[in-house]
Amino acid sequence: MKIEHRAEQFKEHSLIGSLLRKLHIDIPLLIGLLLLLILSFMMLYSTGNKEATLLIRQSARMGVAGVLMIVLAHVDPRQFQRFSILLYSVGVILLVAVLLVGDVGKGAQRWLDLGVFRFQPSEMIKITTPMMIAWYLSGHEIPPKWRHIIIAATFILIPTLLIVREPDLGTALLVASSGASVLYFAGLSWRFLLTSAFSLAALAPVYWHFFMREYQKDRVLTFLNPEADPMGKGYHIIQSKIAIGSGGGYGKGWQGNTQSQLDFLPESSTDFIFAVFAEEFGLLGCLGLLAVYIFIIARGLYIAVQAQDTYSRLLAGSLVCTFFVYAFVNIGMVIGILPVVGIPLPLISYGGTSMVTLFAGFGILMSIHTHKKILPS
Amino acid sequence: MRRHQVIKDSFLENRIFLSRTVILFVFMLFLIGGLITRLIYLQVAGHSRYHGMATNNRIKVTSVPPTRGIIYDKHGRILAENLPSYSLEVIPEQVADMEGTLKRLQSVLSIPEEKIEAFKKHRKRYKHFDSIPLLMQLSNTDVARFAVLRHTFPGVDIHARLIRHYPYAELTAHVVGYVGRINEQELKTLPAAEYRSIHTIGKIGVERAYEDILRGHAGYSEIETNAQGKPINELGKIESVPGADIFLTLDVDLQKVAYDALAEFNGAVVALDLQTGGVLVQVSKASFDPNLFVSGISYVDYKALNTSKNKPLFDRVLRGQYPPGSTLKPFIGLAGLEHNITHMHQTLFCPGYYQLPNKAHKYRDWKKWGHGKVNLDIAITQSCDVYFYDMSLALGIDNLSSFLHKFGFGQKTGIDLKGEKAGLLPSREWKRIHREQAWYPGETLITGIGQGFTQVTPMQLARATATLANKGYIVTPYLAQKIIDADREIEIKKPVQKTIELKSTNVQDIINAMVHVVHSPRGTAKRIAKNIDYQIAGKTGTAQVYTVKQDEEYNEEEIAFNMRDHALFIAFAPADNPKIAVAVIAEHGSHGSSIAAPIAAKVIKQYLLDK
Repeated sequence: MKIEHRAEQFKEHSLIGSLLRKLHIDIPLLIGLLLLLILSFMMLYSTGNKEATLLIRQSARMGVAGVLMIVLAHVDPRQFQRFSILLYSVGVILLVAVLLVGDVGKGAQRWLDLGVFRFQPSEMIKITTPMMIAWYLSGHEIPPKWRHIIIAATFILIPTLLIVREPDLGTALLVASSGASVLYFAGLSWRFLLTSAFSLAALAPVYWHFFMREYQKDRVLTFLNPEADPMGKGYHIIQSKIAIGSGGGYGKGWQGNTQSQLDFLPESSTDFIFAVFAEEFGLLGCLGLLAVYIFIIARGLYIAVQAQDTYSRLLAGSLVCTFFVYAFVNIGMVIGILPVVGIPLPLISYGGTSMVTLFAGFGILMSIHTHKKILPS
Repeated sequence: MRRHQVIKDSFLENRIFLSRTVILFVFMLFLIGGLITRLIYLQVAGHSRYHGMATNNRIKVTSVPPTRGIIYDKHGRILAENLPSYSLEVIPEQVADMEGTLKRLQSVLSIPEEKIEAFKKHRKRYKHFDSIPLLMQLSNTDVARFAVLRHTFPGVDIHARLIRHYPYAELTAHVVGYVGRINEQELKTLPAAEYRSIHTIGKIGVERAYEDILRGHAGYSEIETNAQGKPINELGKIESVPGADIFLTLDVDLQKVAYDALAEFNGAVVALDLQTGGVLVQVSKASFDPNLFVSGISYVDYKALNTSKNKPLFDRVLRGQYPPGSTLKPFIGLAGLEHNITHMHQTLFCPGYYQLPNKAHKYRDWKKWGHGKVNLDIAITQSCDVYFYDMSLALGIDNLSSFLHKFGFGQKTGIDLKGEKAGLLPSREWKRIHREQAWYPGETLITGIGQGFTQVTPMQLARATATLANKGYIVTPYLAQKIIDADREIEIKKPVQKTIELKSTNVQDIINAMVHVVHSPRGTAKRIAKNIDYQIAGKTGTAQVYTVKQDEEYNEEEIAFNMRDHALFIAFAPADNPKIAVAVIAEHGSHGSSIAAPIAAKVIKQYLLDK
């Protein structure tokens, strides 16, 4: 909390601070994001055989994402609230369109070709689903009644199941968790939360052992990660562990990753980039990276708590929660405690689609924080 | 949409939200704590172990190649198998002085310069510490010679690998195909994990078409090695899954009869099982030894094959496109009957040539003095061109073309092999698009005797013949009869069969005429009728290679061998209850009757004898 106070002061007094404030930029968040982007550039330089191609492409994407963030930061949160239902409906329609006419890439149907550019509606729905749930719940009593919970759950299930059909389990997981987190923040009863969590956890192994045949299990395993070759999967994890473990406490230094090892590590600049990071910067570096993530999450939650109305509060909380799920699932998978699901390391991994969504989320957070009416506290 | 107004307890709401946020944040920190615990386990507790693995490459994950499926013929005789063979392999990372080592190796074993070049080229696509083959199929002497000096060559070793072997070599080269070294282009599209330990891929024939089934799946083994890369301990293993075995419809005895019968001629022989469409014989000659390709063909051998005037690498059955000549006449005759242009009793006088009204150009008959009075039966039996000129003119190119289309001319047969050509069935439309010209009546005439633009592949011709023998029931040729994967038979999707609507008396009239080709004293293929107790329905054909000018005569003796006509023959037997259909093309065999017909007869005889 101390750091944040300092940042607030900094914002009040400095000239740049006031300029950024006019731009509706939240300085602590910006600092956190910039730290991640610097790390991302360093990692991409290191994994991309020290060539600039990855960096240039990633910079272009960051430019687009950054502009989107600033634009969204300027929009009044009440506008988001007003357009929630429209944006959500458009998102769902596009998801249906993807299943009907979408492009197939890497064995899954995710893309919608709009002529000029290709578009992944499942990315957009990651933001519009919590918007919709927040809009819906904020119009009713808090904590929500049973009836409202069921309707809200339906709004979550529709896009989730559509994305499962694509199939894209990673994104479906993110969409479901983004929607569910709104319900959580709205005060869904603990009894309900714990019961559903336990029953899901209890049922999964029962189902796995008694109702699924061997070939179905195989399919589920493949389904978890359609991109990776089943024969190759165990292989990646071994190499990933060697890379991380050999990094030790202090790491081998920037660009000190043994390429011979990382040759075995496909996706070394995308989903498995954390392994490279851990090898180069060691446990210390990993703790630093986690600290940056915690800082961003803490700042985001602070913004959520400070938000003035129910809608902004629920939406902000959910966006932060999604960001956490991104980081946790990716790192968990790379260090081998979670199954391999195609989720990138937020703002570090190479690739544009998730980055644009994440920046859009931060834009909304900044909008919520910088459009407050002056009220006596 | 009006929103339901609620009176909210904003104090309660704030309290709930704040407590939820704090609890969630604590929970997140707890989960991150889990990540940190794991990281400490890997990076602090496991550091020395993983560090050792990384720096000394002590853990090597190697790919275990699957055993490729065996290809059998109809009777279970092996057409493609795997034989153990010794290869000399190098791990470049363990060789200090590569150039020097290669030089010294060359002094011990005779390694051609091109193998060295190939090795250097292949190096790029291997992973670090992979063993790269330098020389394959080492003789026992070579193995012994190297074994003595092995300790002086760190990083070089002899490995036993299974290599593909084709016991029937030339006989089944085009149809069974062969495996060869994976090239750079193929590598880009292949699943890398499967091909890490496999160095070859099916290039042509069944080997290529059924690559995914024959290949199997690679396994992995995690091996602990010493600093020199020598394995000490196997830590874990995923077994490879062998590829499935394939039983073909091909009968290798029959194949040999056909191959030998072609004798000195190049050409193609195809025989189909009439009931199923199964390919019994698929000979393309000249042929080559597919075993040469398995471990990388030498430049000299390849150049010899590639530049040979016999074109041994060319698959004549699926890619060879020939004018069908008179073998097309039964189909044209049937078109005439079906379109009511002619009937069996309609006659015409053949003076030995035909002229379009008001045109001076003489379309010649092969028989200079003409056949005299002919009906359709005689026209097929004696292969009278004039009758067909007249009939196809009356029929018109549109009817002719659409009728032949039904028999599969101008289209791929859909056989389960890759690289098939479609042949060419001319039509008004085709000529407008491809030649930007109108269709001329004279072209209808020559199309009617199987010359002109029309081109067929031997496989197409065999299939059309089968369709005729089946009275309109079209079969799609196929080779894979049965796929056995780990003692379990895998279902093969059978192609959809179609039937052409034909009047059965018309088909019978044509079949009778084709029987007369073989069994009547005036038939063009009468010499094969001797000593058989069943009837063959057939049709001879001659495809022009060299165009005779208006004022010239075709003189077989005078023109060069490679300008002589191709000899064709189509047949099925027994005529009353057909079992097998055969198409034969003998390149530069001059006459269908003397060269091609006896080849078909031998195949039919052998097949019916076995039955």
